[in-house]
Amino acid sequence: MTFAGSPAQGSEEGGAFRGAERGAFRSAEGARRVPLRHPWWWAGGAVLVLLIALFARLLLTNENLRWSVVLEYLFDREILGGLVTTLELTVLAMVLGLAIGVVLAVMRLSANPLFRSVSWLWLWFFRGVPPLVQMVFWFNLATLIPVIELGVPFGPTLASWDTNTVVSSFSAAILGLALTESAYAAEMIRAGIQAVPKGQTEAALVVGMSRFQVLRRVVLPQALRIVVPPIGNDLISMLKFTSLVSVLATPDLLYSAQMIYSRNYRTIPLLLVATIWYLVLTTLLTLAQQHVERRMKVTRATAGRAGDVRRLRFLPSFGKA
Amino acid sequence: MSEIPLLRVEKVGKAFGRHQVLREVSLDVHAGQVLCVIGPSGSGKSTLLRCVNRLEVPDSGYVYLEGQPVGFRWKGDGLHEMTSSQLAAQRRRMGMVFQNFHLFPHRRVVDNVTEGPVVVNGLDRGTAREQAMELLTKVGLADKAGAFPESLSGGQQQRVAIARSLAMRPALMLFDEPTSALDPELVGDVLDVMRDLARDGMTMVVVTHEMAFARDVADQVVFMDGGRVVEAGPPERIFGAPEHERTRSFLSRVL
Repeated sequence: MTFAGSPAQGSEEGGAFRGAERGAFRSAEGARRVPLRHPWWWAGGAVLVLLIALFARLLLTNENLRWSVVLEYLFDREILGGLVTTLELTVLAMVLGLAIGVVLAVMRLSANPLFRSVSWLWLWFFRGVPPLVQMVFWFNLATLIPVIELGVPFGPTLASWDTNTVVSSFSAAILGLALTESAYAAEMIRAGIQAVPKGQTEAALVVGMSRFQVLRRVVLPQALRIVVPPIGNDLISMLKFTSLVSVLATPDLLYSAQMIYSRNYRTIPLLLVATIWYLVLTTLLTLAQQHVERRMKVTRATAGRAGDVRRLRFLPSFGKA
Repeated sequence: MSEIPLLRVEKVGKAFGRHQVLREVSLDVHAGQVLCVIGPSGSGKSTLLRCVNRLEVPDSGYVYLEGQPVGFRWKGDGLHEMTSSQLAAQRRRMGMVFQNFHLFPHRRVVDNVTEGPVVVNGLDRGTAREQAMELLTKVGLADKAGAFPESLSGGQQQRVAIARSLAMRPALMLFDEPTSALDPELVGDVLDVMRDLARDGMTMVVVTHEMAFARDVADQVVFMDGGRVVEAGPPERIFGAPEHERTRSFLSRVL
């Protein structure tokens, strides 16, 4: 049996190395080395630089941008008020959406088929209807249900409110955003829960935890760590989706800018103001997300590994016991 | 012995789909005894252990812990299935150590040990931590208290898992192939901890492939094959003079 094409073998057979047949062995040591050239890297770079220069010229020289106006309105009280509203909407809708999402995810994984189907229906509906449609719908809820009543189902009423006073444009916006978010969050959290190994649940049960304790103390903390990156993404898109509320005349960042330019007709500069603030906020959120992710990685994986400097910050005075 | 056995398994059967994993398995373990279960892979040893603490629900038969059926409650003449929290209370009496440790990766070593006492028994953190440190000292890992499980070797993780189980002060400890996932050189440390436990009088059921451990430590050895108990008795008899051909052929291959 021969091993053809196996160069390492058979030097004792005489001239198994092809190079050896052609001439004497040539050592590479000390020879001049020529690195591989990348001409297209330079060509592509040149095109990009040109495009950037053109864009910069547009930003700097186009008079319609009116940077002085942008600066004038960047810290305008109305704009800052809109900024706060945008943040409020983002945080409230996100918190509410995540809370509902956790419940939906747990229902989706329940052994009870009714829970599973209700969760599925919710997801199907709120993922299918655009948030903008929902907002307008919630805002006009009073047309469908003029009075909200609290009482025994099919029995006496204990309290009632006028729907129009309960569902303001602000709460309609929150509802539309939060319910949409709940459907997306539910799917992410479900995936996160399913990614936690089954052995974790068993280990917790064996310690004597109840089903609820297992979920709260062992499964959800691990599932949420898995889910942080996609949730962070969702938070950033939520921030941008809040601009939809301008349709309901809620004075968020975009609508505040719109109100100003409808008075002074400086449309482009005010849109720039809004753009700048949206970019500032998304940048901050991205940084926060990176920080959280890094922190979790440290506490979960790298901490306790010798030589990792960062571990010191998270290991206060322990381990010398 | 006339007293009630700490653990009684009575005619337990279990099938996964059409595959019958356990067939009428019965055994008794008295307080302070160590029972080792040996047998080839797929003989139903692990499933038996998981039926004891009801991680698997037996299809037939009953498991009794301290005379009470596991997973059920007497009400008059009827057996009522336990709620999740009642079963949890019963499980606290039984610790379990898994082949793959299953430590909580998001908690430090010491918090893995205190988790049960604090969350389940409502012990205050300070006391729980003191007790945890005692247990970690016992398994030789006090210096790792602040580390996360991932930074520990398999043998160290398994010893933490043992400490985590002991923290609940169980009456019975179940070991499901505790050394099978370990590098050979780390097996000894874990077995030493288990030997200490046995010496301290802990009642233990150990599913294992470590025949030397079974011979030294067990009061009783059960050989299982095909979901049945083929042979049971003191280690001297099982290892020295097995009655069944199947036991002999198994032992001749592993010893």
